[in-house]
Amino acid sequence: MTKLRQTPSQTVGPYFAYGLSPEQYGYQQNLTSIAGSQMAEGDVEGERIRVEGRVFDGAGNPISDALIEVWQADSLGRYAHPADPRGSNNTFKGFGRCGTGTDPRNRFWFDTIKPGQVAPGQAPHLNVIVTMRGMLLHAFTRIYFSDETANATDKVLAAVPAERRGTLIATHQGGNVYRFDIHMQGDDETVFFDA
Amino acid sequence: MTELFNPRDWSGQPGYIAPDYKSTPLRGPTKPLIPLPQTLSELTGPVYGQESVTGQDADLTRNGRRNGEPLGERIIVAGRVLDEDGRPVPNTLLEIWQANAAGRYIHQTDQHDAPIDPNFFGGGRCVTNADGAYRFMSVKPGAYPWPNHHNAWRPNHIHFSLFGPSFVTRLVTQMYFPGDPLLALDPIFLATPAETRDLLIAQFSLDLTEPNYALGYAFDIVLRGRTATPMEA
Ligand SMILES: [Fe+2]
Repeated sequence: MTKLRQTPSQTVGPYFAYGLSPEQYGYQQNLTSIAGSQMAEGDVEGERIRVEGRVFDGAGNPISDALIEVWQADSLGRYAHPADPRGSNNTFKGFGRCGTGTDPRNRFWFDTIKPGQVAPGQAPHLNVIVTMRGMLLHAFTRIYFSDETANATDKVLAAVPAERRGTLIATHQGGNVYRFDIHMQGDDETVFFDA
Repeated sequence: MTELFNPRDWSGQPGYIAPDYKSTPLRGPTKPLIPLPQTLSELTGPVYGQESVTGQDADLTRNGRRNGEPLGERIIVAGRVLDEDGRPVPNTLLEIWQANAAGRYIHQTDQHDAPIDPNFFGGGRCVTNADGAYRFMSVKPGAYPWPNHHNAWRPNHIHFSLFGPSFVTRLVTQMYFPGDPLLALDPIFLATPAETRDLLIAQFSLDLTEPNYALGYAFDIVLRGRTATPMEA
């Protein structure tokens, strides 16, 4: 049978906010947000962390109209999705979404829990989609944590050239804050994946 | 054996850098992408079903009303979300946003000197049914100028965002209207390879058109399908 062709991607453009992140941008009277920066409500089990950072273009300027989405496991490494055979027994959905247009310094931020190890040998990580005006299709990356010893055995990290591996690792800033800047281009261009 | 998702169809997708679309040269990645084996992190993804949609979320002619109806030509946009094998993608969230009939977005940073419609918001969402079908009511968005080059105008379009069954099936795209003369001049549309451009253009449909009420446009969306392959640990 002939396969159908995948619908091509087009840019998210500069005006995605009121459709995709209405509450963050002040449009909540018309539309609620399905997801935002607050990913871990009330009694969800796990270590509370904040992950924040900025997105820089090839000239080194912070980008004010990028959209960052994260997908992660719960504190026991389980995804809230039917393909995870272990299932999840808490209310943690694992999805966050933040635009860079509301913070004065163009930061994105996620208040979440540290994900557990999904499988033996893997290091805890967030799965990330980066998109913005000026990108015709989104890019995939991952956020690892600087204080995780399992980084040393993670196969995905191992497949990244050593000199670029650091671009995937959020640095512990003290307290519960991790910083992860995304560089679209340049010497320290973030590693993006063909997922 | 596990079913893995087919790769992105790179030959049918726009590239990261498309010089005529002048925001891309400083924003698209330039180093080669690193292949990522599909693990549970890629085979799972956000689940947003019927519970994430309420009331008039799918009716943009109603969800922004203050004191009357929005102005413009009423349209129905409907279709199916399928995978590459033509199988329906059920229970998946579609989010859309668009300009009003005059070509103005409600977004604070849109400075185009065209009127805001007090009764039109422009954002909405719905979830596909068991057959992968979806349906929105709206008004036809206007064309609008943008600063890419002298006298640059975006063709009429509606922005679409979809999840599909996993994190790797996510799609953000735009739907265009048939016969729009601006398509031949638009660097965003033209950044798409010629052989897949038509997939971005809705078809006028008399079947979807409601007599005495609204014009119908059919727009099917195809997400990455699956093949049975051994899963990497
Ligand atoms: Fe647009």
